[in-house]
Amino acid sequence: MTDLSRRKLIITGLAATAGISGLGVAARIAQRYGLVPPDHGGIYGLGETLTYASQRLLTRHSLAREFHPSQISKPPLANEIPPLNDAFKRLQAGGFADWQLSVNGMVDRPAAFSLAQLKSYRSRSQITQLACEEGWSYIAEWIGVPLSQVLDVVGIHPQARYVVYFSIDPTWWESIDMADALHPQTFLAYGMNGDELPVGNGGPLRMRLPRQLGYKSVKYITNLTVTDSLKGFGKGLGSASPEAGYAWYAGI
Amino acid sequence: MISHPRFYWGETGNVLTTPLFKLPIPSSRALVPTGYGYVLPDQNGWSRYLHFQAAWVVVLTGLLYIISALFTGHLRKNLLPGKADLSLRAFSTAIANHLRFERPSEAEAWSYNVLQRLTYLFVIFVLFPLVIWTGLAMSPAFVSALPAAVTVLGGQQSARTIHFFVSLALLLFLLVHVVMVCLAGFRSRIRAMITGRAGTHMERL
Repeated sequence: MTDLSRRKLIITGLAATAGISGLGVAARIAQRYGLVPPDHGGIYGLGETLTYASQRLLTRHSLAREFHPSQISKPPLANEIPPLNDAFKRLQAGGFADWQLSVNGMVDRPAAFSLAQLKSYRSRSQITQLACEEGWSYIAEWIGVPLSQVLDVVGIHPQARYVVYFSIDPTWWESIDMADALHPQTFLAYGMNGDELPVGNGGPLRMRLPRQLGYKSVKYITNLTVTDSLKGFGKGLGSASPEAGYAWYAGI
Repeated sequence: MISHPRFYWGETGNVLTTPLFKLPIPSSRALVPTGYGYVLPDQNGWSRYLHFQAAWVVVLTGLLYIISALFTGHLRKNLLPGKADLSLRAFSTAIANHLRFERPSEAEAWSYNVLQRLTYLFVIFVLFPLVIWTGLAMSPAFVSALPAAVTVLGGQQSARTIHFFVSLALLLFLLVHVVMVCLAGFRSRIRAMITGRAGTHMERL
């Protein structure tokens, strides 16, 4: 056995110090360029940060795969939905005529949009896959207005970094960074397969985010809040998902 | 897997479509028809965090291993089988010895035989790359940048099915590997793995 020489010890010590300070610098840079997810704390934080950072660098502008109309899943799957609350049922009884999407936070002109107003903007459609973290998936045509268009109407502040979105059930909320919020395939969807969006699939209005797993595509959206920090929302982990043990970033 | 113990081929698959096969286990989701009258508790959150953390460990240590194996000659000296080993005769002798559970001779015991070498090469250069690739092919964000990663596999659900079988193969390798380590002498083998000095032990004898 060779003895651990003094020289080896000094070199190892220096390398370890350099490594640790290198990591510190990397963390600073990552924070500055928005490469650190809000749920970066805890024992799984490192893996989560590596995933988010590398995918942000790789996929900032890439488009989710779109499919041919013949590939649309028939019949469309309507997943389990949580019990709908009284507020939802009242609006449903009125044919969703009074459904409102309020937009506030770091915007020049906070506003509330009716469904009719949202539908008055030029509608877009995409045939994309919805993949659930559980393992199943389906393909559907989603019709709606790109989130970026609504954000244009209200005018977001330049320091905005995240869009937080809430379901009519206030315990169900998510958030995305601006790369996803301004992405052309991020929709506020109100239609599916050439028809109205069924309640089972999130009607009358759901978020649609084809580059992340299904749980980020929250159903029954009533509020958007534009912000530069997620600290003030819930436990500050970014959304309800990390509070329930699931990752905030779900591009996997 | 437990939240959806059904496997498919192609792009999509869900409870409304016909699976390629089902695992005969209960599920952690009520919507999945399993034939069991109960639903398991949901453990997906932390296990997904752990899975992706472990994936980074595999990728980073794997890269380090492959680079060092190339530069130190480990790959050439210890893993690539010698020309003589690849003759039909040598190969069949190795298989026959293995099947007869014959103990290796003193000289052979400190290097890998041809079956080991081929297995390790297969695990390092086929199974691990395949499990990483099929994993990435299930990521909607990753395939938005590199769609071919999933289309050449036949679709997202095909990637999931292949991922499942490759993970099973890796698990099987791990189990057999640990059993063989125990059979070959647990203490000396573990010492050799940690110190990287297989020879010293023999020299002292």
